[in-house]
Amino acid sequence: MQSDAQTLINIDNVSYAYDDRPVLEDITLDIQRGEFLGLIGPNAGGKSTLLKLILGLLQPDRGTIRVFGDSPASARGRLGYVPQHAAFGRDFPISVEETVMLGRLGLSGSYGRFSRDDHERARAALATVEIEDLRRRGLQELSGGQLQRVLIARALVCEPEVLLLDEPTANIDMRAEEDIFALLKEYNAHMTIVVVSHDIAFISTYVSRVACLNRQLVCHQTAQLDGKLIEQLYGAPMHLINHNHHHD
Amino acid sequence: MTEFFGALAAHSFLQHALLAGLLASIGCGIIGAFVVVRRISFLAGGIAHAVLAGMGIVYFFGGAPLYGALPAAVIAALVIAIINRRFKQYEDTLVAALWSLGIAIGIVFISSTPGYSVDLLGYLFGNILLVTEADLILMAILDGVILLVTALYYKQLLAICFDEEFARVRGVRVELLHVLLLIMVALTVVLLVKVVGLILVMALLTLPAATAMQFSRSLLKIMGLAMIFGGLICSTGLWLSYTPDLPAGATMVITAAVLYVLVLLLTAFYKTRRRRQGIEEMAKR
Repeated sequence: MQSDAQTLINIDNVSYAYDDRPVLEDITLDIQRGEFLGLIGPNAGGKSTLLKLILGLLQPDRGTIRVFGDSPASARGRLGYVPQHAAFGRDFPISVEETVMLGRLGLSGSYGRFSRDDHERARAALATVEIEDLRRRGLQELSGGQLQRVLIARALVCEPEVLLLDEPTANIDMRAEEDIFALLKEYNAHMTIVVVSHDIAFISTYVSRVACLNRQLVCHQTAQLDGKLIEQLYGAPMHLINHNHHHD
Repeated sequence: MTEFFGALAAHSFLQHALLAGLLASIGCGIIGAFVVVRRISFLAGGIAHAVLAGMGIVYFFGGAPLYGALPAAVIAALVIAIINRRFKQYEDTLVAALWSLGIAIGIVFISSTPGYSVDLLGYLFGNILLVTEADLILMAILDGVILLVTALYYKQLLAICFDEEFARVRGVRVELLHVLLLIMVALTVVLLVKVVGLILVMALLTLPAATAMQFSRSLLKIMGLAMIFGGLICSTGLWLSYTPDLPAGATMVITAAVLYVLVLLLTAFYKTRRRRQGIEEMAKR
């Protein structure tokens, strides 16, 4: 099944519909090791659905998805996932550190409480997203940007080979958004990253390739993105705005 | 009060009652915390009321009703788990139907039992003064099962209560654990039937945990605190009921509600005061 050792995720003629409403039609896309792929497109264009198909949370109506040459459900332990909306209540009685440790499930022992090793790895993941000092806090005490970092740490703590992020910066300010993408750029050195966004202008400075989804894969830009290409896509030169980098 | 303690020393039925209250508090504290954070009090209520069907059937065939409670509670938990998986959008309607159906089946069997003389109120509102040694042993076993399963699967249970989708991504068998949690809710319901009766089960399942949530942001600590509150509530309720000869289940639930409201008011008061102090300090600068 695995034609190319470098193809980590192979999406072949996949269609998906919620009841009668088709959201994805005949999507074919290969994701290579080491990529930083931006999945862009309008709202309801099927971006989040595609991520959920890759994770095996949804089953395609037609077509096949292979992840590391295997079915999504059996390969998803090697994927890290940062959902768009926190699926949990912010008032849930859980600390930042415990939240991140839940990313160790399936890797640490099956029974009992979390091990010392889980605690250490959670702290290390929090350190890489630069919020180690918040580890004892409850979730409702965090700002939007801090919560986003917690979700990224939770995805990183399982040491994924591919990191899938769904609008990781949708609810946070511009400065925090730049910080998070700078962070992702660093991880890209040893990790394949797929990020969903509706904001091509912003992500194009970070990603190595974009795929535009609007029910179908309308554009699939394999070439390296540079200023000229963005001009082509947008019809106007891009303004690169430099903000000071502060952490919230 | 001295009258109560004197009676407690003298009468084994009161000692049994107190012990039953304390044993119930253990399972209640653990499972109550899960029920509150996963917001399944309504499902728990459905399981509790379905229990009457099992008790009625066993009573009809001449057995001890409590032994009908256990299988009925587990079957109700499984039915609710199937509803949850297959008919998620109608879940509340179907649970409400199961709720009434359980009561209806129970009443049909109880009323058609020859020599109908059973104290129906005893099942609905509990009768902690009639707890036998065999009941206490059953309760201790149920507590043991709940403690063991929670200790083994704490991480997974926490994961499905907190974020079901992420738990699934991490390979947790979400459906299986959901069934496991509902079965433990069923065991807790059985624990509580003798103590407060199946109508009042929901109060003792949710109120100690909800009270504990005001004090801590760690699920494990909430469980511990809820056990302590449960024990306090049960013994206070028993004491309050003794002299005026009131039903203990009812005084326990009222105690639980009063404690919850008091704690809510106190935390609200302290929060406002702290906020006001904060604003004043900012104004001084």
